[in-house]
Amino acid sequence: MSRVRLYDLGCGYRAGDKGNISDVALFAPDPEVYELVRAAVTAARVKEHFGGFVTGAVERYEAPNVLALNFVLHDALGGGGPRSLRADNLGKTLGGALVRLEIDVPAALADRRAPTPDVGWAVEILSRIGR
Amino acid sequence: MGVRIGGGQGFYGDTPRSVAGLLDAGVDYLCLEALAELTLAILQKDRQRDETRGYTRDLPAYLAAALPAVAAGKTKVITNAGGINPTAAARAAIDTAHRLGLSGITVATVLGDDLTGRLDAIAGQAELRHLESGAPFADFPAPALFASAYLGARPIVDALAAGADVVVTGRVADAALFLAPLVHEHGWSFDDWDRLAAGTLVGHLLECSGQSAGGNLSRDWWTIPRPWDLPYPIAEVDGDGSALITKPPDSGGRVSFDTVRHQLLYEVHDPAAYLSPDVVADFTSAHFVDEGDDRVRVTDVRGGPATATYKALLCHHAGWAGEARIAFSWPEAAEKATATAAIFAERVRGAGLPVDEWHFELWGVDALGGPTVPATTAEVPEVMLRAAWRCADARTASLVGREMIPLTLSGPPAGMTGMGRGAGAPSELLGLWPTLVDKALIDPHVTVTLEEVR
Repeated sequence: MSRVRLYDLGCGYRAGDKGNISDVALFAPDPEVYELVRAAVTAARVKEHFGGFVTGAVERYEAPNVLALNFVLHDALGGGGPRSLRADNLGKTLGGALVRLEIDVPAALADRRAPTPDVGWAVEILSRIGR
Repeated sequence: MGVRIGGGQGFYGDTPRSVAGLLDAGVDYLCLEALAELTLAILQKDRQRDETRGYTRDLPAYLAAALPAVAAGKTKVITNAGGINPTAAARAAIDTAHRLGLSGITVATVLGDDLTGRLDAIAGQAELRHLESGAPFADFPAPALFASAYLGARPIVDALAAGADVVVTGRVADAALFLAPLVHEHGWSFDDWDRLAAGTLVGHLLECSGQSAGGNLSRDWWTIPRPWDLPYPIAEVDGDGSALITKPPDSGGRVSFDTVRHQLLYEVHDPAAYLSPDVVADFTSAHFVDEGDDRVRVTDVRGGPATATYKALLCHHAGWAGEARIAFSWPEAAEKATATAAIFAERVRGAGLPVDEWHFELWGVDALGGPTVPATTAEVPEVMLRAAWRCADARTASLVGREMIPLTLSGPPAGMTGMGRGAGAPSELLGLWPTLVDKALIDPHVTVTLEEVR
């Protein structure tokens, strides 16, 4: 068994807010990884991963129709959007923070790595405007 | 025959330029979702300064783009841009029509979501509790700066049935804005749970504008075509509740299974029981087929009976915040920033300024990731310290910020201040207090009024 980050396994993410709750969705790339994360990424594991960022409970829900797990992080936004002192007062970046989590995977998946973003088009645009 | 709905706005501050693309592609209804939780707080501050405000100020810009098509009978507009003052928003809509020289447009105003003035009466008839903590209403830090119930689709359906071309509401649940025209056009009944669930799911997919067309897509975001020309989504919904999610042709962006599933779970708690005012929708029942060419088919959505309550959001004053930033470069950037945070806090204590809450972030280290960032011994090339604090009053919050400024010369070496609010105006913090209210206490107060632009 090797430890691999969820992001390197191909998982996607999106986070949203409701009051002081952060809802973080985790999307698997295929059924095989979905079953892996379903077994490994428990509510307790996620609670531990976020440490002091999340002072309340963590609940987990399954959405197998879209190969996703949905995590509800209670007391996770420093009091909620308009009350929070955090720069990311809505927790928009907590999805990315989730896929940093590492899980044990079989040897066949051990070498999986996230692709390198190709932003050549952006560099080209910026060079055109003189940057 | 499918009903085509465009999701033209996802929040207050979104771009009215989206409207042209949707209208060119042809939509029977243009739904403009303008209200996040935070938005009501912003509008509340706006109304505090000026009683004629309290709706989203960009509404006239959206309507200027849409009303010519409305007057031509090509589309209708449904929006919750009324915020906490739908009457003023409807007035702005009528003024916009006049300014464009348009007539024959009927504007409907939905009222009854605003509970601010009758909160105590409601609390006397029902046991209000904080939705999260369970705290009783007696613990609510009065006064309520706003209190709004999330209404459902019914009053909008009533407005459309009465001939409205433009429907302006206050706090209506986001997805209900999109469900309403489907109920109206397809004649769905309010106990046809599967169809109400399907319409609610479609509304949820459209309510955040660009987010289902490639915006905020994780992973291969860099492959989105022409992301500066990201279109807003369109749903074509049949009478049986099945729907096609797509986008205007010849635009950038992407609609795929992946972009749609990202939005499906956005701001959702239990996807098998998505609570809306009109239905409890099971998002896990939906079947998605990516047909290619930016077309995703959604079928088989199931739902169950709506609950007996509306969600309501109450807002209260929660103190004053200040913020300052100071940047450091190599060497010892992170250590200098850490030391500066401590020196700053000690200076504030020495000045006798009471701070109720401190918050420090090291940008470039772990400001965003916090405890999820693996510990490292690597040197960081530069770090920005962001300090934020909460005080009981605005003056104290402002004076605290002053204590950062001398550190430019009197702190660890080569700190650069002047980025951020520093000793600038402190900002008011607002607490949100979500609760549930019996529908029977709300519904009798919901009204729909129509006015024709002449």
